[in-house]
Amino acid sequence: MGQRLSEWCGHGPVLEEDIALTNIALDLVGQATAILNYAGKVEGKGHTEDDLAFLRPEREFRNVLLAEQPNGDYAFTIARQFLFDVYQYYYYQSLQKSKDETLSALSEKSLKEVTYHLRHTSQWMLRLGDGTPESHERVQRAINELWMFTGDLFDMDEVDALLLKEGVSIDLKEVKGKWENHVAELLEKATLQLPVQTFMQAGSRAGKHTEHLGFLLAEMQYLQRTYPDVKW
Amino acid sequence: MILKILSEIPDPEIPVITIKDLGILRNVELNSEGCRVTITPTYSGCPAMKAIEDQIRSTLQLHGIGNVEIKTLYAPVWTTDWISDEAKEKLRKYGIAPPEKKSLDKGSLLGKAKHPACPQCGSMNTEMISQFGSTACKALYRCKDCKEPFDYFKCI
Repeated sequence: MGQRLSEWCGHGPVLEEDIALTNIALDLVGQATAILNYAGKVEGKGHTEDDLAFLRPEREFRNVLLAEQPNGDYAFTIARQFLFDVYQYYYYQSLQKSKDETLSALSEKSLKEVTYHLRHTSQWMLRLGDGTPESHERVQRAINELWMFTGDLFDMDEVDALLLKEGVSIDLKEVKGKWENHVAELLEKATLQLPVQTFMQAGSRAGKHTEHLGFLLAEMQYLQRTYPDVKW
Repeated sequence: MILKILSEIPDPEIPVITIKDLGILRNVELNSEGCRVTITPTYSGCPAMKAIEDQIRSTLQLHGIGNVEIKTLYAPVWTTDWISDEAKEKLRKYGIAPPEKKSLDKGSLLGKAKHPACPQCGSMNTEMISQFGSTACKALYRCKDCKEPFDYFKCI
């Protein structure tokens, strides 16, 4: 998500939004760095956060499908970010209770940052939804198009189930309930329709992604792959 | 003694306050291999943290301590509550409005915080331009009386 938002750098509709999106991107990249750093330690194969970010191929990435969708227009980016922020908010809120000290601390920390992100995107959803006919149409279209990727946010596989049993990770069904309520409430306030589509894309738990991830990684990993072990 | 030396390292972005003032520098331990410094990062993506680490290493090197381990401690989580009152005053004099109230008051994260006073003229008649400012930790405000913009160090 940090990578996607960084693409807005220099292209924001107004300066303050350019800065806002890139600030959010920075927080997300920072969170990813900390999480991947810890993952590398737990894996025990000597991988650093850079190895995991820049040298894994698509099938080894487990990011949610929503995060790799392209930026589209501003309404699309805001809608995507809003759906993601609500997700992160309830996810981290739950994960704070993890028995794992590091995950608990990282969640507590990230939750504070995500709260600011959510405030920002919520305000924009209201402005766009309850704005002009054009802004309303654009953000409604965005929500409709992104909806099929929201089911994937809450999928759990055997690893998730095991971690839940051990008290390390969380039950995404609970997060889903809170997410659905929060999103429905905000959309209504923004005079937007809640999509009723039932088909959901899936696969991120198994490393199966949409075609967008390939292009995103090609750009993100280009430097490391072209000049292996390069240092600043 | 090492703690004293490291306590004087200024924040790379806001040089009037030190890493001790901000609560980033947590602890220093000496062991048989060398020195272990414990720090707590502020914002997740704060780019200054890397500069601070480099600064810790080079400062200790200057004092003849080559073997330095820097440990990053995430818990307890960093909060603006750790910034001392003197440090907040230094921020204000530098032109940055310090974090307004204890961040334990969730009101600040729910958008109900009252607006900060202008660090230039002291007026309370200020408005927010953007939640996100020049760095991850700051928001951008404008004073409606003296018309000057200023940064506000966000409560977190």
